[in-house]
Amino acid sequence: MEVCNCIEPQWPADELLMKYQYISDFFIAVAYFSIPLELIYFVKKSAVFPYRWVLVQFGAFIVLCGATHLINLWTFTTHSRTVALVMTTAKVLTAVVSCATALMLVHIIPDLLSVKTRELFLKNKAAELDREMGLIRTQEETGRHVRMLTHEIRSTLDRHTILKTTLVELGRTLALEECALWMPTRTGLELQLSYTLRQQHPVEYTVPIQLPVINQVFGTSRAVKISPNSPVARLRPVSGKYLLGEVVAVRVPLLHLSNFQINDWPELSTKRYALMVLMLPSDSARQWHVHELELVEVVADQVAVALSHAAILEESMRARDLLMEQNVALDIARREAETAIRARNDFLAVMNHEMRTPMHAIIALSSLLQETELTPEQRLMVETVLKSSSLLATLMNDVLDLSRLEDGSLQLELGTFNLHTLFREVLNLIKPIAVVKKLPITLNLAPDLPEFVVGDEKRLMQIILNIVGNAVKFSKQGSITVTALVTKSDNRAPPDFFVVPTGSHFYLRVKVKDLGAGINPQDIPKLFTKFAQTQSLATRSSGGSGLGLAISKRFVNLMEGNIWIESDGVGKGCTAIFDVKLGISNESKQSGIPKVPANPQHANFAGLKVLVMDENGVSRMVTKGLLVHLGCEVTTVSSSEECLRVVSHEHKVVFMDVCMPGVENYQIAIRIHEKFTKRHQRPLLVALTGNTDKSTKEKCMSFGLDGVLLKPVSLDNMRNVLSDLLEHRVLYEAM
Amino acid sequence: MNTVVAQLQRQFQDYLVSLYQQGFLDNQFTELRKLQDEGTPDFVAEVVSLFFDDCSKLINSMSRSLERPENVDFKQVDSGVHQLKGSSSSVGARRVKNVCISFKECCDVQNREGCLRCLQQVDYEYKMLKTKLQDLFNLEQQIVQAGGAIPQVNIN
Repeated sequence: MEVCNCIEPQWPADELLMKYQYISDFFIAVAYFSIPLELIYFVKKSAVFPYRWVLVQFGAFIVLCGATHLINLWTFTTHSRTVALVMTTAKVLTAVVSCATALMLVHIIPDLLSVKTRELFLKNKAAELDREMGLIRTQEETGRHVRMLTHEIRSTLDRHTILKTTLVELGRTLALEECALWMPTRTGLELQLSYTLRQQHPVEYTVPIQLPVINQVFGTSRAVKISPNSPVARLRPVSGKYLLGEVVAVRVPLLHLSNFQINDWPELSTKRYALMVLMLPSDSARQWHVHELELVEVVADQVAVALSHAAILEESMRARDLLMEQNVALDIARREAETAIRARNDFLAVMNHEMRTPMHAIIALSSLLQETELTPEQRLMVETVLKSSSLLATLMNDVLDLSRLEDGSLQLELGTFNLHTLFREVLNLIKPIAVVKKLPITLNLAPDLPEFVVGDEKRLMQIILNIVGNAVKFSKQGSITVTALVTKSDNRAPPDFFVVPTGSHFYLRVKVKDLGAGINPQDIPKLFTKFAQTQSLATRSSGGSGLGLAISKRFVNLMEGNIWIESDGVGKGCTAIFDVKLGISNESKQSGIPKVPANPQHANFAGLKVLVMDENGVSRMVTKGLLVHLGCEVTTVSSSEECLRVVSHEHKVVFMDVCMPGVENYQIAIRIHEKFTKRHQRPLLVALTGNTDKSTKEKCMSFGLDGVLLKPVSLDNMRNVLSDLLEHRVLYEAM
Repeated sequence: MNTVVAQLQRQFQDYLVSLYQQGFLDNQFTELRKLQDEGTPDFVAEVVSLFFDDCSKLINSMSRSLERPENVDFKQVDSGVHQLKGSSSSVGARRVKNVCISFKECCDVQNREGCLRCLQQVDYEYKMLKTKLQDLFNLEQQIVQAGGAIPQVNIN
């Protein structure tokens, strides 16, 4: 038997203690076994617990502890060696596991603690984010409000609407009690209450602009909180409310284009502002939040922009109305001017005609009177009458010409003429007066001056006559030289005028030099103005209206030329020079007669289709021969019916014999008129008749004939007639 | 040869001038001659022969109308005279034309006797003219055959 080292239980004395130990150990074991079970159960339930391994360890530790205590139960009584062995194993294992667990816990517990701090941190963060979210949301709402406000404000271009809308929307968005707008007055020294939200009829009262509170607000672009008791905020009588709501004021810049009630006020260099005052409801604990202030600032800016747009629109509409008015006025003026011009032209035309008729009578009869026997005094009187009336006639012509020239309604009548002859004619006209005044006139024509030119012969003669006439008029002694040459660019021409001879044109230069009275260089510019005359004693006696040079200048300008006068001073004579553009004619130098064909057969009637109607065979043949000789293509008919049958639009002329008495012959003319309704298709109708009296002529005209010819017709006659006819489409032979 | 031509030409010229001077022809005949050229060498001859034919026809018809004194168709006579007058003035037959003028006057007053007289005169005149012109044309032909050119005669 082994000596048992175990303590022998002292049952009888300590039996109670033993029993209690026994029971406690049992319960401990049970608890130790149930705790891991619980742990496992709950861990199984939660999937996130990260420390499973620790739990397993812990569980193992507890289980083993429980097992130890359980095994302890058997050691109270004598037990076998196996029990002891098991007990020992269990204790050893428990020791190992518990030590391991202890070691593990050293690592685990800080971690677990830090988890807790992290959790706290995250909670704080979450709270912060929540706050920020709230802020953003409010900002977002503010933004929305602003957009809506802006939209409302900018949706109209009427400034009253803009302002009213601003106040209304602001009031709504921010739930304001009162909202007011103060505008600067005309003088700029006061602010006047212009618009309010709640009060329908704002009392028109003002505050001076120099208040410190106002300066404060104007000094910054931000919304400024001001005291509810300041003058700008006291809009209504204080009705005994305890706590007035907070007030904010902001400036609204008035851009220089928005000139409300100060339309004709000069533009001020300093910026001008209006004041917007916003009041929160009284007796509420509301405060102005930052985002609300920002909203107010933004709105103020938008309002300023909208106002200036409205002002621009107003301006432009006003400008447009003004322009329209001006247009209407201009239109009326133009029409009046046109009417006036027309009236003047009509008047001139009528008066011209009315004046010329008696004028002609006077001149004609005076001339006739001159031819009769007169006493010297009578002759003198008649000559004076004649001279005066000629002058008057010239004056009338000049005036009419000038008015037509100024209108621009005058056109040059171009034609081919002989330049050399023109000069000689002018000289012939002037010679009598020059001879009387003992002024020799010389004409120098340049050798390269073309003989046949194209231009307005009549007007050119007028110009030359006027210039040479002036030279003669204003010279008492000396000689007059007229030089005509072809000019290239000459350095004596006025600097702004360059002469470029083109192929078929050239510039004619005419210089008229006289050694007479001369002209003061200062007077030269005035010479060409209408009605101006240099009134020196020497020239008083000469007549003239002063229009001559003005008209000449205008004609010269029409001919694309230039005219000027050079003078070395009073008493030193002067030279009048003008350039005009003329065309070069390709006429042969020899014949001045219009084209006479060398061979009569090749007259310009070649192939001209004509129809001859004559009952008399002989005269028919003769007429045909005549026309054939002239080159026409002749068809002959012997009766009216045949004529009507044969006549076509190819025939240019129909010669019809109307010698037979009665009107039957003339019927053919009517029938032809009926057949050819278009004038250009109808052939020209010429009557051949042996009668030359007026009644025949009238009869022919009345039946629509274009001409009458006397039989028998000579060759030359027929030729002339045909060419006249074809050119003018009408001919009434002088009988 | 030249002298022959020249002689013929002179003869022609003198003859033509004499015809004008005697009043057989007037300016119109000159005009007619002007119309004659290389293209129409026989123009004058053609016109003149047509005229003479016309004359004879008209004279015959007028004589028929004037035959019976009871019913003289003066209208017809008048138209005939008118035609004759026109024709004669077209060719420049001066004497014939003059007779026609007086013929018309007789016709207007319906003087049968006068008409008959005039008719006779017309007949005589035109035949005379015919002969003369025939001689003229013969001369022309001789000149042409001799190789010369028909001279242009300018009557004042």
